[in-house]
Amino acid sequence: MTKKTSSSETLYKVFIYVVLAMLAIVIIVPVAWVFLASVKRNSEFYGNPWTLPASFYWQNFVDAWNAASMGSYMLNSVIVTALSLIILLVVALPAAYCLSRFRFRGGRFLNVAFMAGLFINVNYIVVPIFLMLRDWDSWINYFFGKTIFLNNLFMLSIVYAATALPFTIYLLSGYFATLPHDFEEAAYIDGAGYGQAMIRVIFPMAQPSIITIILFNFLSFWNEYIISMTLMSSSTGQRTLPVGLLNLMQGQQSKAEFGIMYAGLVLVMLPTLILYMCVQKKLTQGMTVGGLKG
Amino acid sequence: MRSKGRSRFIVLCVAPAAILFFLFMVMPTFNVFRMSLFERGAYSPTETFVGLNNFKVLLKDAKFITSMQNTILLIVTVTIITFFFAIVFAAILTREKIKGQNFFRVVFYIPNILSIVVIAGIFSAVYKPENGMLNSIFSMFAGREVMVLWKDQPMVIVSIIIAMVWQAIGYYMVMYMASMAAVPMDLYESAGLDGAGRLKQFFQITLPLIWTNIRTTLTFFIISTINMAFLFVKAMVAKGTSDVALSFMYNQKDAGLYGYSMAAGVVIFLFSFLLSALVNKVTARDVLEM
Repeated sequence: MTKKTSSSETLYKVFIYVVLAMLAIVIIVPVAWVFLASVKRNSEFYGNPWTLPASFYWQNFVDAWNAASMGSYMLNSVIVTALSLIILLVVALPAAYCLSRFRFRGGRFLNVAFMAGLFINVNYIVVPIFLMLRDWDSWINYFFGKTIFLNNLFMLSIVYAATALPFTIYLLSGYFATLPHDFEEAAYIDGAGYGQAMIRVIFPMAQPSIITIILFNFLSFWNEYIISMTLMSSSTGQRTLPVGLLNLMQGQQSKAEFGIMYAGLVLVMLPTLILYMCVQKKLTQGMTVGGLKG
Repeated sequence: MRSKGRSRFIVLCVAPAAILFFLFMVMPTFNVFRMSLFERGAYSPTETFVGLNNFKVLLKDAKFITSMQNTILLIVTVTIITFFFAIVFAAILTREKIKGQNFFRVVFYIPNILSIVVIAGIFSAVYKPENGMLNSIFSMFAGREVMVLWKDQPMVIVSIIIAMVWQAIGYYMVMYMASMAAVPMDLYESAGLDGAGRLKQFFQITLPLIWTNIRTTLTFFIISTINMAFLFVKAMVAKGTSDVALSFMYNQKDAGLYGYSMAAGVVIFLFSFLLSALVNKVTARDVLEM
């Protein structure tokens, strides 16, 4: 009897490992395949897809970086992501601080409004945002003879930051609300003003949640493509990396330069993968704190 | 003096966030609803009020109806498949002593950090008709050349389902793992002493105790499937092959039919809202205390 249960137990364990390993393979293999394909010569794409690259053909990356402009798209993405994160933090931190720790007229209403904002998804409002910016552009064009709102990396960053506000404020307020008021009281007694108490005393304590926010928003800004594609639609204008990659992929169907395309793919996902490997624990824990995703 | 400085400080802190939020979220949301009642010239900002006309045309538009059907099909299939795998794997990884548990958790979450554009690129290599990963595996087992056109009709919807499930499993798994970790161990121990097997423990302890979390994720499933389906279709599928609700909306914008596009947005939003409310109501149970 005991023998039977222990052997079925082993069988069960083996079964579990097989199932887990299968899902792991299903996830790793396609990603790893792209990495290998990025160093293959174009001629190698016409045979068996499972052969290893004959040699490391780094030229793909050089071509993707220069000829396919992925280098300048990468720079744009770095600029937009960094700018959006800075704007977001500068705007959201003080707002979340005040909304969670001060009682003032309209404060309740704003809290509710930002909470409601959690349910607004950018996919629905991207068209009105585009039209609004285009209208602003046509006014400013009428008076000054140039357009500044569409096809502008800075404007894109502002829109990114604005659409990330509800979630960021929600997360930060949740943290600020748990801190006792004694911290500021002590700072005020020492002669600090409101701003000083906030910046010198409270923000350093909020470091863990600030890092969580930077992580999540970095991923979403870096990976985003619908807003970017809509607001940076000029055919001659600048693009962010995912949109550039998308164009490259769609162009590839006719040109069949597979090596460059896979090199481009690697360029887009490498930063996020490296970041993930460094902070995976934080990310999967932080997710359950926020428990929300667009 | 003190109170004057206080209110100035609060205004300074809150105003930038409030202004950005109002300009780029509240106004556009309001405009979705307002513009659905108007017709707007493709290049001029002149608008004419047309009442519910956009909606009348929309509900008879065969393309819109097909795109809604596709969306519903995706919501149902992606939710069921993802939910099943995510909860089974979460249960295995929290309940069993597995070597390399952390490794599996890390790997399963990887798709979630990739851009949808990247996933679309990865899957274009998987789905390529000649020399694609999937077809070459099928060819190997069949012993002959298999040529499935994954990204054309009628297989395209299956391809989208596979890619979406691939992307979502890890996210929901981590979510369920977190709530399963909160279930006290001694419940399982005493159930084990009473002779309850793994399956019975799963259905009678784990599922009821994380039910609140499951209900929340069901709402997530509905909302995020509608959004993700759009991102996947836009990045992965050639234009015009197959549409989902939001990609239909977006394509109307490309055609310059802004009012019509926004009417579609309103219908999709109401649909997702009502469906979430319905699912929430149907799944309501008495909450069990841990």
